[in-house]
Amino acid sequence: MSTSAVVTGLGVAAPNGLGTDEYWKATLVGRSGIGPITRFDPSSYPARLAGEVPGFVAQEHIPGRLIPQTDRMTQLALAATDWALRDAGVEPGELPAFDMGVVTASSSGGFEFGQGELRKLWSQGSEYVSAYQSFAWFYAVNSGQISIRNGMKGPSGVVVSDQAGGLDALAQARRQIRKGTPLVVSGGVDASICTWGWVAQLAGGRLSTSDDPARAYVPFDAEARGHVPGEGGAILIVEDAAAARRRGARVYGEIAGYAATFDPGPETGRDPGLGKAIELALADAGAQPSDIDVVFADAAAVPELDRAEAEAINAVFGPRGVPVTAPKTMTGRLYSGAAALDVATALLAVQDGVIPPTSNVEPAADHDLDLVTGEPRRLPVRSALVLARGHGGFNSALVVRAV
Amino acid sequence: MSPFTLVDLKRILLEGAGADDGVDLDGEILDMEFVDLGYESLALLETSSRIEREYHISLDESAMADVTTPRALIDLVNSHLAAAA
Repeated sequence: MSTSAVVTGLGVAAPNGLGTDEYWKATLVGRSGIGPITRFDPSSYPARLAGEVPGFVAQEHIPGRLIPQTDRMTQLALAATDWALRDAGVEPGELPAFDMGVVTASSSGGFEFGQGELRKLWSQGSEYVSAYQSFAWFYAVNSGQISIRNGMKGPSGVVVSDQAGGLDALAQARRQIRKGTPLVVSGGVDASICTWGWVAQLAGGRLSTSDDPARAYVPFDAEARGHVPGEGGAILIVEDAAAARRRGARVYGEIAGYAATFDPGPETGRDPGLGKAIELALADAGAQPSDIDVVFADAAAVPELDRAEAEAINAVFGPRGVPVTAPKTMTGRLYSGAAALDVATALLAVQDGVIPPTSNVEPAADHDLDLVTGEPRRLPVRSALVLARGHGGFNSALVVRAV
Repeated sequence: MSPFTLVDLKRILLEGAGADDGVDLDGEILDMEFVDLGYESLALLETSSRIEREYHISLDESAMADVTTPRALIDLVNSHLAAAA
């Protein structure tokens, strides 16, 4: 029997709530954080809505030495890590440094910081570029800064697989725990709502150009027309179950199963790999489809991707065979932060026996999904399946289970 | 040109690298090690680069590598300013 990896702490920074409590309250009442972009003037861009994290003042949360050397995504990640550690009752200074690792997901790195330094480069000259640009933009920077700030010298790294990364990072955390590291800080936090980040996202061709916050991001709806990006995510404290038990930690749930697949090339005509990822993750968890109480969908809101996801879910669970939800309709898609936040949300659903709703969506009948809309659905949740897909063919599926 | 002082250095340190919450830059810091003030090599690189562009001097890299205290850095900058005058 492999070592079991459990989650003992959550730290959330989401567009509809800063901090786990704020986020969870907002999510259960269906309050969205999607609105017109305020971080730059979006009027000349085709997409103008985003999910921005409200009320985060970095100076209130992180040391002064770190402000000039960090992008917003790193500032949010450092704060979320503090909250997650506190939630877990872990004082890093009291633990051996090599017993703690950090594995986060990233998708684009610190874009806003990099944008500022590139602007200095071409408008003022190379001598004006901050020395901290050397790492502040970098994919691995959140893991690095979390590691340095908390004195964590165990196995660490970063996983870059777009939106699938949040799950892939947690799986890598579980791997390190199985290899003997008692505690790994994991998850993902992203933020690239700046003009440079925006044009990069527009180039992907999947952004919604609607100006109506209530209709812009509606996955599984007949009017699905792409997604609204958001910023934020979640940091999770993952621990060896035996070590967590020894210190009397409160446990949210176990990372019980995981699998990742990669889509075949479009020219092959073969099916995408999401269905296979679901089957493999269930097998890894030793679970039957009937054991799963809720599915947190990837919810791309691109019609053919919604269809592929609905088909993959229905192939395993049967038509309308399992409740499906997409609370990310209230945050926008958070890239590397999305699946980490979904896993945190799934663990809160397990804790409170309630499935948070999908907001604003009128489910298209032909998807044949039991989509939880409008109101949260109260029922005992023992096991939840979280799905995530990354641009370019990444599929990941992760099962969390009550212990 | 007026000499480079601790006041100038503190301003540039704060702009480029911020300040450690546990350190009082207004205290007796002239002979403290930068490392004890919370500034590692990258913070000093950023600081020297800001000094260079503001004062239009070029700090010698090997001399900079030997600088470990505010007093030493201020002396180094002033020797360059004097040479440029």
